[in-house]
Amino acid sequence: MTLLETRALTARYGDFQALFGVDITLSEGETVAIIGANGAGKTTLLRTIAGVLKTAPDMVRLDGKGIGGRPADEIMKRGVAMVPEGRKLFPSLSVEENLLIGAQARKVPGPWSLDRVYDLFPILREKRAVPGTALSGGQQQMVAIGRALMSNPRVLLCDEISLGLAPVVIRDIYAAFPQIRAGGASVIVVEQDIGQAMKVATRVYCMMEGRVTLEGAPAALSREAIHAAYFGAVA
Amino acid sequence: MNLIDTVLQGVLLGGLYALFAAGLSLVFGIMRLVNLAHGDLIILAAYLILVIVSALGLNPFVAALVAMPVMFALGWGLQRVVLNRVLGTDILPPLLVTFGLSIVIQNALLQGFSADSQRIGAGALETASVDFGPVTLGVMPMLTFASAIVVIVALNRLFYRTATGRAFRATSDDPVTASLMGIRPSAVFAQATGIAMIVVTIAALYLGMRANFDPTIGPARLIYAFEAVIIGGLGSLWGTLAGGIIIGVAQTVGAAVNPEWQILAGHLAFLLVLLIRPRGLFPRAFD
Repeated sequence: MTLLETRALTARYGDFQALFGVDITLSEGETVAIIGANGAGKTTLLRTIAGVLKTAPDMVRLDGKGIGGRPADEIMKRGVAMVPEGRKLFPSLSVEENLLIGAQARKVPGPWSLDRVYDLFPILREKRAVPGTALSGGQQQMVAIGRALMSNPRVLLCDEISLGLAPVVIRDIYAAFPQIRAGGASVIVVEQDIGQAMKVATRVYCMMEGRVTLEGAPAALSREAIHAAYFGAVA
Repeated sequence: MNLIDTVLQGVLLGGLYALFAAGLSLVFGIMRLVNLAHGDLIILAAYLILVIVSALGLNPFVAALVAMPVMFALGWGLQRVVLNRVLGTDILPPLLVTFGLSIVIQNALLQGFSADSQRIGAGALETASVDFGPVTLGVMPMLTFASAIVVIVALNRLFYRTATGRAFRATSDDPVTASLMGIRPSAVFAQATGIAMIVVTIAALYLGMRANFDPTIGPARLIYAFEAVIIGGLGSLWGTLAGGIIIGVAQTVGAAVNPEWQILAGHLAFLLVLLIRPRGLFPRAFD
């Protein structure tokens, strides 16, 4: 069943058009990866779905209902949680407060709670009283993911969670994905790390210059096809 | 001992300045908005209390309790209808709008209440004092100071112990990310301004009971409040109390030397602190 979809989605920053008719779908239980080079429009796509960037109502649909252009706080309350690029923890809040604020506006029953997030990332339990921004990059990323999970989201949007992290740390964070999926969230990950994206995803979209250039199951995509979709066809 | 008395009076006066400043500090801390109409809003609240006292014959403290929800609603509406529209990356529009608001409030009060000075009568409380041996302290200044402490403790509890306070701090840090947490910054700002107006009402109660006021004295209160906030370090409420005390002590010491120096001494103390600690005494670790 389709949970979230974009239809001919366009987005612009002032005069600059960043997305040109992007169609993606996310079905219940799926993990979709969106890969592409810098500037391909991946982050813009997530920010538009999350309501940070405005668009026309029908261009983003949740459960078949147009939510495009609704305020970000409203979209979050409908169950679309975001792990933003750069983690964006609140520096005035401790680790625990950063997690709690994720559930503050949307209190729905579900698998995730403070204790469950601490079970998923045990290091955070030790650091619960420390300011969120005093943690290492990897631990901050765990807080950002935990914060999004706290609202028991139906859709989890993860923007470049491996950015700036050491490979071993990235592996630890992606090790949490099976549990996140088991918790019932359908996931969209935006990644430049194609290897990780291919491992967790059930379906992959490749974007280039604001358009989807390739779509398919990871196993069905050849290296050459991905290369062409990622960098453009070499004439 | 005269110096002890002078300093103690100054410390207690600092409580009044801290009350003037706490609302300003709250609003600035959360939305980086310098409300130039803050002093005039205090005067507006003083007139509101005065009207309630004379119309309903209530005790001023009870009248202030009645005025609080009215002022909260006013602050909430002001933020919703006016200030949220001008908040953004450019700090000039909110400055201009609150400057204009200051003029509007002053002239509306002049129209409604004339330029005559007024006072909120507090009966025997106005002159009551307690003898502490070497010094005698007025009950009213002590009540003012105690109220300032209560206000600051209450605001700190709200900030650091409640979900509302968590939303305030998160929105202050990063409104866009806060909105991704389901928090609507414009609603948070309206709440914050409403709460600031409750503090303004408490400040107005003591302002009106301790001295005469008229529609034009708001901007001078704004200056004291502003100086207290800056001395304390932006965003720290205890720092704001310290700032109020420094101005209060400087004023009473200045007045003891020569009554003409009272106001000047307060401003000089402000400049001195700025020279030594440009970010104030207790600045936040980031910003």
